[in-house]
Parts: sequence; C-alpha cells; structure tokens
Amino acid sequence: MASGPALSIDISAKRFAGASQPLLADLELAIAPSSVVALVGPSGVGKSSLLRIIAGIDTAFSGDVLIAGVAAHQASTPGFVFQDPRLLPWLTAAHNIMAVDPAISAEVAQAALARVGLADAGALYPHQLSGGMQRRVALARAFSVNARLLLLDEPFVSLDRTLVDEIQQLFLQLVAQTRPTVIFVSHLIDDAARLADRAVLFDGRPAQIVADIALPIPPAQRDDATLTDYRAQLDAAGRQPYSV
Amino acid sequence: MLVAHRLFPSPVAVSLQMWDAAINGPLLIDLGRTLLRASIAFVVAMVLGSALGIGLGRVRWADRLFSGWLLVGLNLPAIVVAIVLYIWLGLTDLALILAVTINKLPLVTSIVREGVRSFAHEFDELGAVFRMSVWRRLRLIFVPQLVPFVLAAARTGLSLIWKIVLVFEVLGSDGGVGYRIAIQFQFFDITGILAYTTAFILVVLAFEYGFLRPLERRVVRWRPVQP
Repeated sequence: MASGPALSIDISAKRFAGASQPLLADLELAIAPSSVVALVGPSGVGKSSLLRIIAGIDTAFSGDVLIAGVAAHQASTPGFVFQDPRLLPWLTAAHNIMAVDPAISAEVAQAALARVGLADAGALYPHQLSGGMQRRVALARAFSVNARLLLLDEPFVSLDRTLVDEIQQLFLQLVAQTRPTVIFVSHLIDDAARLADRAVLFDGRPAQIVADIALPIPPAQRDDATLTDYRAQLDAAGRQPYSV
Repeated sequence: MLVAHRLFPSPVAVSLQMWDAAINGPLLIDLGRTLLRASIAFVVAMVLGSALGIGLGRVRWADRLFSGWLLVGLNLPAIVVAIVLYIWLGLTDLALILAVTINKLPLVTSIVREGVRSFAHEFDELGAVFRMSVWRRLRLIFVPQLVPFVLAAARTGLSLIWKIVLVFEVLGSDGGVGYRIAIQFQFFDITGILAYTTAFILVVLAFEYGFLRPLERRVVRWRPVQP
C-alpha cells in the first residue's frame, strides 16, 4: 500500500509585518509517514499559519519545511480542506472537483463524489447543497487530487454534532483506504482524541509545543473508555481545557 | 380625443409616420448610423474600461495615482468633452465616437475596479493550495467573479451611451437619429420626433431582451436567486 511522505519542520521564525513578537519561533517537528497528526491549540496561536506554511502557500518565514525531502512550496500538491467548504459557487459539485486538477476526469470526479455518498449530486451547484454536503464535496476534492499529504484546517467547525460525527467517520474511512500523511488543525481536543495517532499541543506567543502525545490505539478501535482516557491525557497536558 | 392635436399626435399617427419614414424616408439609414457609432463606442469603452478597472483594482499605486482622474472623468460634463473634441478634430464621426467613449469609460472603469476589489481572497488561496495554473485560475476563479460586474457596467454604460450619442449628433453630425430629430425640432414636427424616438426605443428594447438578458441569465445561472 502506498504511504504518505515524512515531514521535517524546522521553522526558526515566522512573523507578520508590524507584529512585535513572532508568531512561530524555533519550532521543530518531525512527522512520520502515514501518520495522522492533530495540531491542537487555542485560536490565534498560529496553527493555521503553520498549516499554510506546510501547504507551501506561505513562504515568508525563515527555516525549512521539507516534505519527503522537498521544500514545501515545490512539493507535490497536497490535499487541502479549509475551515469553510470553499467551493466555487459558479461550478457544479463535480466541476468543483475537476477544477483543482486537469488530470481529474468527469468519471474520477463522479467516483470521488460517490465515495462521500453524493453520487447524485454531481450536477448541483453549491447553493443547492446543504452545509454538510458542501463539506463532503470539499473532502472529496481534497482526496481526489491523489495527494499523499492531506492538510485540514479546522474541518469540523460550525457543524452540528451529528454532522461532525458523520464527516469524521467519512474522514476515517477515506484515510484508512489511502493511508496518506494527515495533518489537521483543531482547537478541540475531542477531534484529536477521536481521529489522530498523535496530538501536538501548542500554546503561547511565539507558539511553543507544550505537549506531544502519542495516541496508539487505531481510531476505528477506540471505545468510550479509550476516548475518555485520551481526552483526559490531552486535557492534563494542555493545562487548560479546550474540550467541548 | 378623436381629433389629434398637432402637438399631441395619436399613437396611430406616430406609427404611420414611423412606417413611412422607414420605407420612404431616411429612418433606417439614420438608425444604422447611430447604432454603428454607439456600438463602436460601447465596445471600445468596455474593453478599455475593463482593462483599466482590473489594473486599478489590482495595482495599488496605480489606483492612488489615477483615482482622482477617474473622479474627474466621472463628473466631467459630457457636453464639454464633445465640444472640445469637435473643436480639435472637426465635426467628424471620429470626434463623436471618441467623445461618447470618453464619457462612458470612467463609469466602466470604476464599476470593474470595485468588482476586482471585492474578489474573494479565499479563492486565490484555493488556487494556490492546489497549484492551479495561471490559465486555470483566470478561467475558473478570476473571470467568473468579474463577469457580473462587467455585465453591470455594460447595462449602465449602454443607457448612458443611448442618451449622449443623440445629444452629440444634434451638436455636430450630418446624419443619425439625433441629427434628424434636431431638424424636426426646427419644424416643431412632434410626430416625426416621436416616430424617431419610438424606433430608437424599439431597438434598445430588442437589444435588452434579445441579447443582454439571455446573456446575463446564461452567465449567472449559478446564482441562488433569479428574479
């Protein structure tokens, strides 16, 4: 089975113009191939900025971010899921998937939609889809570029509990099928406890890694007791509860 | 009411006069000349105005440099531009078309500029993350956001053109709807004036419902609410 790339992150400083303190400083993080890593921390701590650096769309930092040995902005296209579905409103669901890569044919787009349970929605425009369906299209889009690296920025915010469960199940299925390296950002330790192999907790400014916790039981086999245990571990490590 | 007053002709009289002017008179030729002038000015102003609008919307220093001029252009009395150009270039078609173009240009520029400024940064980010090529970003992200504004500019610009092109024809040309109406004005030929005006309005309506509306429906069919 194909596997995702290893990442080596070594950022000496990332600062925004006009800010006195850098957002990120002396940050080192190595990520194993095909692991699912959660970056957890309060909002504004710099998780999303770190994710954009890993995605290669922010190159204004000093340091090195290597994906399978290649600098992030030159590495192959990652699959990316934004906080909002971010579908182009003038394209149908299927065309939204085809838009991101000319290599995606109509059949591939249709198959991607079928995998997220939207086989019949290919010809619908985003405004004709519910919020949950739009998220699923966004997820299908991220997976259909055949990326070995998948990046998700708060993919489960502003969804109700049922929808979160549904999208998270879908996410776990898709990850299990293709085994990419996954990095996702969340401000909820619950997301990490359910989905991640490893949780990296951030806090402070410049952002520091306050804890790095392995969550060894595979997500599909976690029962309530395990989840409670993981949440407690993360809570204790984070010192302040970010939990729901 | 059955007796039509000389200054208040009945619709029937106007229609008859219009028919007569179309078959025997110069109505169609006049209409053709006016439409040709209007269309050239429209196309040139749309192309130049869109290009300028995109430039000003994207390049900050250009906007700072030229936004004052844009304001002047927007508020410059149309008639001044026409008179100045007629003096410089003579009573020619070139001067007339140029005057119409210059009057419409700032309007198109400012509408397109506002459009470009309102573009969603989120979609640029989407294009960047998925490493979309420049051509794909233009076609799938840039142009679809621009089109509604270009259409709005076309609509408002067109109504402006219809209005001023006749005035400029009255002022200095040797044919066209405005020229003919000016002559009829001298004879107080209200029936003729209304006949020409009606013919002109029919063309405008035909353009709106035969071309602009269907085009608009086609390119913004993805929008949630359609009137």
